[in-house]
Amino acid sequence: MAKKKLLNAIQSVNSQGDKAFVAYMMAGDGGLETLKSKILFLQEAGVTAIELGIPFSDPVADGPSIQRAGERALANGTTLRLILQELETFYKEVTVPLVLMTYYNPLLSFGLEQVAQACEKLGIAGLIVPDVPIEETVELQRALANTDVALVPLVSLTSPPDRMAKITASGEGFIYAVTVNGITGVRDGFGEQLERHFISLSEQSNVPVLAGFGISTPEQVKSMGTIADGVIVGSAIVDAFHQNELEKIKTLVQAAKTGVLN
Amino acid sequence: MVNTTEEQRVGRYGRFGGQYVPETLMTALKELEDAYEDAISDTTFMDELNYYLKDYVGRETPLYFAERLTKELGGAQIYLKREDLNHTGAHKINNTIGQALLAKRMGKKKIVAETGAGQHGVATATVCALFDLECVVFMGKEDVRRQELNVFRMELLGTKVVSVDQGSGTLKDAVNEALRYWVSNVEDTHYILGSALGPHPFPRIVRDFQRVIGVETRRQIVEKVGKLPDAVVACVGGGSNAIGMFHPFVDDKDVALYGVEAGGSGISTGLHAAAVTGGKEGVLHGAYMYILQDDNGFIQEAHSISAGLDYPGVGPEHSYLHDIGRVKYTSVTDAEALEGLQLLSKKEGIIPALESAHAIHFATELAKEMSQEEILVICLSGRGDKDVQTVRDALGVNNNG
Repeated sequence: MAKKKLLNAIQSVNSQGDKAFVAYMMAGDGGLETLKSKILFLQEAGVTAIELGIPFSDPVADGPSIQRAGERALANGTTLRLILQELETFYKEVTVPLVLMTYYNPLLSFGLEQVAQACEKLGIAGLIVPDVPIEETVELQRALANTDVALVPLVSLTSPPDRMAKITASGEGFIYAVTVNGITGVRDGFGEQLERHFISLSEQSNVPVLAGFGISTPEQVKSMGTIADGVIVGSAIVDAFHQNELEKIKTLVQAAKTGVLN
Repeated sequence: MVNTTEEQRVGRYGRFGGQYVPETLMTALKELEDAYEDAISDTTFMDELNYYLKDYVGRETPLYFAERLTKELGGAQIYLKREDLNHTGAHKINNTIGQALLAKRMGKKKIVAETGAGQHGVATATVCALFDLECVVFMGKEDVRRQELNVFRMELLGTKVVSVDQGSGTLKDAVNEALRYWVSNVEDTHYILGSALGPHPFPRIVRDFQRVIGVETRRQIVEKVGKLPDAVVACVGGGSNAIGMFHPFVDDKDVALYGVEAGGSGISTGLHAAAVTGGKEGVLHGAYMYILQDDNGFIQEAHSISAGLDYPGVGPEHSYLHDIGRVKYTSVTDAEALEGLQLLSKKEGIIPALESAHAIHFATELAKEMSQEEILVICLSGRGDKDVQTVRDALGVNNNG
């Protein structure tokens, strides 16, 4: 049952008729000492999984909110090594799957084997590396081969059918479907072809398809929930934590639940 | 074209290169690769490119025998490849002309580019004016402040310049922002990358468009002295003029190739831009290559008096040529580059760009150790008009100190 932790968590939510809600937060924003309380807050709020952002000096796939959060975290001296050390002090209290979202160079610098071992030890369920497309996953796949750590692929609106097929075929945990041509961040509308795109992805994929990038309101969570197996909300949560508006986060998470959906 | 240094994995030079970019860009990269392959086998495209290189850029550029400099040093005979005589004053336009024609061929009417001090930005703005393309250039906040005139120059050419205050507000952050812009506008926009960097196929495309430097040099030196040079020297930031100069000589084992990086205040001070001689392997801006990074894999800022070399990485093909030992990489400090600049100005009446002055300084040292029968070629990648203010400030400080 390798690499099933993340998949099982999402499928179990879906089997109850709810949509999966993955919350993104930036580790180290507000200080690493707040990491535990934020993770446990999200867990308490009912998220399906937590995508834990690792700050990086050159985050090319991120929009302004997450860039700023990353800069604040870097200014605090946050590093992958320190995040893993901090997680070690409380990982046993974390029951929702954790997925690390990090650019490739900090992983290379840490050592891919060492990353895999650390993730395995801390029960981390997955990795999302936005600057590693399927062509470049060989080394990561090798390092993660004998672990329970899923390598979650991104698929975009620009991916043509043959690439979509390749990506979905190798997908572990879930498919991270980027809903706009762009970077992370808050937006008003979504493209019109989106529904067809998701239908096509769901037909091909053996794992759930989650929608991410630009989902920031409860209404968007609900509307994306009608075409995807779940959503990933990033910038809105990062901003809410930064402005200490925790009720906003609870409202977003609730929007993925059936009762509110109907 | 010859691909002597490439191996099997797509866009790889040994273990360097690759395509480390968000999925949204992968289709655009494939489209670019296909369009490029198609274009270079199309004589109409190559004729058009050569027409603009000749009548607009002013190629071919002279290979000039620097007689007084040669006598002064008393060693090898020194030849200068005069890329400073190109339109816009540097080699950068060889690439921007090619890529703009490629964008037109792909039906893309919009261009995005990054720039450090503004040389690539100006070369891009220039060709966008020429070919009626809409252009936006990202430039670090610090560079916008330091290079007001280049900002105005780009605006005069009809380009929109966007100041980048993310991160450190320098060239690497301008590349990040240009990449983000490209991700969001990929369907109607081409990214004109300015150096032999970035995800495949950019390092190859930029090299091929810059190869004209080495191809001309090779022919010119044989015409002048009846043999190939013994040594060729070029400065290396990202590495575009150097790879263009070196590539046609890579298979000529008797031609020694030297890449000169920016040593800033000195490698040991940590304040430099020497990614090969003072950095480590890693991934930046889409490629696996030598980069400046700390122990956590965070990218470090580069430091150099020369804005064009002030980048924390060196392209994948250079990384590979270093690994196999075909090109010898070395570095020259800010102070030494200033010496090189003054020497060439006084002996030959040519004020070189600060970037090229790095190559000049190293070459003058090398020439002294070579015999008078030997031939040394320096790639004079750009002219120094843009640097006069910087040089005056730097020399003023030195005189007081």
